[in-house]
Amino acid sequence: MDSIISVKDVTYEYKDEETTVAAVKALSLEIERGSFTVILGHNGSGKSTLAKMLNGLNKPTSGDIFVDGINTKDEENEIEVKRKVGMVFQNPDNQIIASIVEEDVAFGPENLGVPPKEIKKRVDDALRAVDMLEFKESTPHRLSGGQKQRIAIAGIIAMQPECLVLDEPTAMLDPKGRAEIIETLIRLNKEKGITVVLITHYMEEAQNADRVLVMNDGEIIADDKPKVIFSDVERLKRVGLDVPQTAELLYNLKKNGFNVDTHALSIKEAANEIIKALHSEE
Amino acid sequence: MLRDITFGQYYESHSLIHKTDPRVKIVLLFLLIIFIFLAQNGFALGFAAASVLIIMLITKIPFKLYLKNMKAILPVLIFTAVLNLFYGESGRVLVSFWKLQITTDGVSRAIFMAVRITLLIFISSALTYTTTPNDLTDAIERLLSPLKFVGLKNAVHTLAMMMTIALRFIPTLIEEAEKIMNAQKARGADLENGKLTERVKALIPILIPLLISSVRRAYELAEAMECRCYNGGEGRTRMKQMHMAGRDFIVLGASLVICGGIITLNILL
Repeated sequence: MDSIISVKDVTYEYKDEETTVAAVKALSLEIERGSFTVILGHNGSGKSTLAKMLNGLNKPTSGDIFVDGINTKDEENEIEVKRKVGMVFQNPDNQIIASIVEEDVAFGPENLGVPPKEIKKRVDDALRAVDMLEFKESTPHRLSGGQKQRIAIAGIIAMQPECLVLDEPTAMLDPKGRAEIIETLIRLNKEKGITVVLITHYMEEAQNADRVLVMNDGEIIADDKPKVIFSDVERLKRVGLDVPQTAELLYNLKKNGFNVDTHALSIKEAANEIIKALHSEE
Repeated sequence: MLRDITFGQYYESHSLIHKTDPRVKIVLLFLLIIFIFLAQNGFALGFAAASVLIIMLITKIPFKLYLKNMKAILPVLIFTAVLNLFYGESGRVLVSFWKLQITTDGVSRAIFMAVRITLLIFISSALTYTTTPNDLTDAIERLLSPLKFVGLKNAVHTLAMMMTIALRFIPTLIEEAEKIMNAQKARGADLENGKLTERVKALIPILIPLLISSVRRAYELAEAMECRCYNGGEGRTRMKQMHMAGRDFIVLGASLVICGGIITLNILL
């Protein structure tokens, strides 16, 4: 496997005056180049701590993380690691630096010392990639949450990263804004080949992933394709996660003796499963 | 209610002054202000006033917007003028009471001062109406950039970055203040009635949450900036380049003519 990020036996501890709490415990993980990975977990599962370590914002207490072969602890390559692994956070308001969209998107490339002409091109490309080019000269505070978050994504894309790590980017958005972001991420992954690591607690957002990791108490407790993960309804409930409604419905039907395949995820697939089961009853 | 406060006063009317390089505009503003105060006699001041009026016409900004800015400064204007009335040292005595007297010299001083302040307000409004806050910040950064040669390299960049972030967060913080006010009102806080001291006290439950949330925002913003490879001003390029165009030199030339005119009239008359 060609990994863009390798996490090797990483532990992260938050230290208080008296207590030490390990948020991530001896975790190892490989993120494949070009893949779409979703990390699920309830609050306090350590998923945000892990995310912040992937681009060297936080350094592991023990163990190492390699981005494209560079150790995130290597201070000389700190900027390069942050460029390769772009990071988007929950609140779009607190990530936008300039009062004009194009100037904000230009912030990253400006920091990297890209020549002015090239920056203009990158800004246009990045805004087109998130479908926000028409808002180039708008003020961010007049945009909707979903639009602002897409601007934040464009700001990262303009640095031409290889991997995009998003820490609950949809948590503060309405359903429409959420759909916009997920759609954008799928497109960036498919068309531009950017590796996506999406951290979320919304199950629905994991449906399109190549791979889903479930985190609980600083450890990865499940790592598989979305369909397999969601069919194990009991395990998900045990770690405090909500199961997609379709998965739960099929799970309950199966438990009560209906012959359905619990791997169906979309509403359409689930409906077909139920119809099939009803026909076979007759 | 709070949302009506617009920061900066930019008014789009596509005039020559709008398109002038903001650096040129800032330098000229200071130059003209100095020369308005250098005008010693009525002719020189009249010439300066006429020039300022012409500049105002070129900006195509409605005159009432300029008057609106005057209104705020009117008390200061009247106070200064009245004070100057009593400062006349020579001339015919017009009114005299107690230890004070108003002379013809005092009257002309008062008029001069009033006209100068009015022109000062008009000409600075012409700058803020025709330049966006972002352009102003950018221009100030570039104008101050020679300071980096005297060991203030980071100071200039830091100052400009602070202004950019402040401008960006003003609307966000206004929105937040509004939310907190509504939340406190919903809990029965009375912000509009009562004595002044009571109303000031009622602001505390609004300011404290606002302060705490601003600190949290600042922390998150710092992390986001770090993630976007921000590393201070070193090695940074800028997308927007400022180039002086032909029209900038025309504006510059015209302003120098105004300054020259004021000096000439000062000496000749």
